[in-house]
Amino acid sequence: MSQSSTRADFVVFDRVQKSYDGETLVVKDLNLSIGKGEFLTMLGPSGSGKTTCLMMLAGFETATHGDILLDGKPINNISPHKRGIGMVFQNYALFPHMTIAENLSFPLEVRKMGRSEREERVQRALDLVQMGEFGGRRPAQLSGGQQQRVALTRALVFEPDLVLMDEPLGALDKQLRETMQFEIKRIADDLGITVVYVTHDQTEALTMSDRVAVFEDGRIQQLAPPDELYEAPKNSFVAQFIGENNTLEGVVQEINGDVALVKLDDDSLIDAKPVNVSAAGERTTVSIRPERVEINPDLGADAHTLKADVLEFIYMGDVFRTRLRVAGNDNFIVKTRNRADQARLEPGTQVDIGWLPQDCRALDA
Amino acid sequence: MADQTAQAGPVLAADGTPLKRSLARALRLSKLRALALIAPLLIFVLVTFIAPIADMLFRSVENQIVSETLPRTTAALADWDTSSGTAPDEPVFRALAEDFQIAVANKDHTKLGSRLNYEKTGISSLFRKTGRKAKKFDLAADTNWKAEFEDIDEDWLDPEMWQVIKTYSPALTSGYFLNSIDRQKTSEGSEWRPDNQQIYLKLFWRTLVMSIVITCTCILLGYPVAWLLANLPARSANLLMILVLLPFWTSLLVRTSAWKVMLQQQGVVNDTLVWYHSTFVGKMLDPVITFLLNIAIGLLNGLLWVWNLLSGAWGAVDVELFTYAVAGFERLALINNVTGTIIAMTHILLPFMILPLYSVMATISPVYLRAAKSMGATNWTAFWRVYFPQSIPGIGAGSILVFILAIGYYITPEIVGGTKGVFISNRIAYHISSSLNWGLAAALGAILLAAVLLLYWAYDRIVGIDNVKLGG
Ligand SMILES: Nc1ncnc2c1ncn2[C@@H]1O[C@H](COP(=O)(O)OP(=O)(O)OP(=O)(O)O)[C@@H](O)[C@H]1O
Ligand SMILES: [Mg+2]
Repeated sequence: MSQSSTRADFVVFDRVQKSYDGETLVVKDLNLSIGKGEFLTMLGPSGSGKTTCLMMLAGFETATHGDILLDGKPINNISPHKRGIGMVFQNYALFPHMTIAENLSFPLEVRKMGRSEREERVQRALDLVQMGEFGGRRPAQLSGGQQQRVALTRALVFEPDLVLMDEPLGALDKQLRETMQFEIKRIADDLGITVVYVTHDQTEALTMSDRVAVFEDGRIQQLAPPDELYEAPKNSFVAQFIGENNTLEGVVQEINGDVALVKLDDDSLIDAKPVNVSAAGERTTVSIRPERVEINPDLGADAHTLKADVLEFIYMGDVFRTRLRVAGNDNFIVKTRNRADQARLEPGTQVDIGWLPQDCRALDA
Repeated sequence: MADQTAQAGPVLAADGTPLKRSLARALRLSKLRALALIAPLLIFVLVTFIAPIADMLFRSVENQIVSETLPRTTAALADWDTSSGTAPDEPVFRALAEDFQIAVANKDHTKLGSRLNYEKTGISSLFRKTGRKAKKFDLAADTNWKAEFEDIDEDWLDPEMWQVIKTYSPALTSGYFLNSIDRQKTSEGSEWRPDNQQIYLKLFWRTLVMSIVITCTCILLGYPVAWLLANLPARSANLLMILVLLPFWTSLLVRTSAWKVMLQQQGVVNDTLVWYHSTFVGKMLDPVITFLLNIAIGLLNGLLWVWNLLSGAWGAVDVELFTYAVAGFERLALINNVTGTIIAMTHILLPFMILPLYSVMATISPVYLRAAKSMGATNWTAFWRVYFPQSIPGIGAGSILVFILAIGYYITPEIVGGTKGVFISNRIAYHISSSLNWGLAAALGAILLAAVLLLYWAYDRIVGIDNVKLGG
């Protein structure tokens, strides 16, 4: 691993396609480079091909077209057990007929490691995840969170450079999920391993990853660090999928450098940042995050504002969540922080709303 | 909490009765209702299942016929010393005359004759002969009955004959059971039967060994099929499943008889082999195969020799050494021997191995194999360490089914087994329907039942019956 360890393309998908039935492509033209030590998350709705990509990387499915390179070497023809990739499965796949300790020592045994070293490593690994006393139990005798930790440990105990995780936290409750997210991230950072992580929970993706690949329909829609993904979504799918998002439909009136004037379907005008639009006359979907909307804004004389009817006010503790009707959209959400001076909007009243042009992105229709 | 209740006595319900009692009362009605619901089935099971078994177990020791037919004689025999070497005295013969006259009137003497004939041949005809004369006995007259009986047949003075009657005069006897393990009851206890009459232990042993062999071949052949069933795409798996179930739609007799056609001397298999030996390929390969076969048979014979040495230690049966060291290829003896029984029974019992195996394998997620491989296990290691252990419950269930079915199987060995490939159940059938020695048949059956229960118990101790899965 010496010279290659600095590579930015530790794992490479090069124009990979995959079809199961010869009729539809489940993965369409996937290009992706993952750096050594990177934590990359594949995020996407159900059926978008995330697991398929992971399985191709692990060697349980073969790519229909294209190459997958690991550490610079094509692995299409290397059988799974020689790839040295650790894997955490969606439902853990702990062997039910073995104890926890036997489960953990299995990968070491097949590597012909001596007995004493094996036992020592297993114990060390168990201690690392605070499961020292559970070595003699069967998987069925552990709670979901404990099983999860064992599955994680088992994928790491033989010190692979690359670990794949397929929705490892899917079956856990919210609290445990958050603890485990932190734990996984910490262990991955400590050991410096490369992680490819699959989830369809966007919070998980945002909090854990170095970069997130948003999948839809067998393609990567956007590949970017979490903050960029959230603040600068490249298209309306990503904008919708990541975080909460308000959309308004309209037609571009004119584009002036960094600002586009958009005429909404009820003829009101707003300013937006052109992202996926290039010329006047194009239809567009503008997207604004709920927390970037200002109520009764003071944005300068030439800024455009909209009239909004207050429909519902929800007190959520740290934030107020207000549902408005804006330009015919009944589901326009505004989030305001719960500050002492923050007004609570009464349903039935009318307010002005506005935003900075750069917070409002004009995307594809 | 526990202390408080202990001090306050039993917990009371709202109306003051102890909680336990009111709970029991509340449950009684629903229990009765549940019982009424299953009553028809319960009665059916009792009548058709438990009762016949109980009756069979009773028959295996029941022996009232002697004391009922010859009540006075057996009473008079009480003081006769069996080891005296002479026939009993006059009072016994007088009692015998009285008994005989009544027995002949009721036509019971022939039944008793056949019963005692199981223990000593010749008694049946002796009784019939005596019966004919007994009609004319004049009990009022002062006759010397001993001389009278001697007149009818000299066998009446044979002490051995009287020993048999005395030995079997109690209402319950262990004679049938002793018989079924090749021993015979004597006045002093029991002894081994002469060598040429010992058959049952040998048969039990053969039944056991062959059932084990059949179970093993079923595992060997059934495991891959079950694996395919569980792992093929649904369409092909369904087709395969139909093939597995197809035999169930054909009569057992037809299937077994088909094997006769296949395996006999002039049968399909042998004809094909003969044709093959005459082809060019056959002529080329035969010497090689002959050589390999001879080596294999040599090794096998070595093993069998050791086996005989070991089992000879406790008086068990010799397993035949393979005699056909292959000099040239002849028509193989595939039927009317052990081979035939094993082939046909394996075929017939195979579905009973495949189905439970399949139902267990279908629940083993392929993810486990993937997980094993991702950790660096080769295909074989992944199978052996991860898949196979999880399929053991299926092997257990299939083995129990096949073994228990095999050990009591009757029709197939009867048709293809000849004399050397029959099971104990064929002997039981013989005693039930031909020799009419139901007591012996019952004793053999009871031993078989006990053996199965014992094996089941041993299996539970070793493998654990919880480890057996018959379904998902
Ligand atoms: N073995 C298979 N044979 C045929 N089609 C398959 C197979 N596995 C997956 N597919 C199809 O491929 C598509 C992508 O599946 P994949 O499992 O990769 O989705 P995913 O993104 O992991 O979804 P999820 O978030 O629900 O796990 C789906 O439409 C699915 O039906
Ligand atoms: Mg998936």
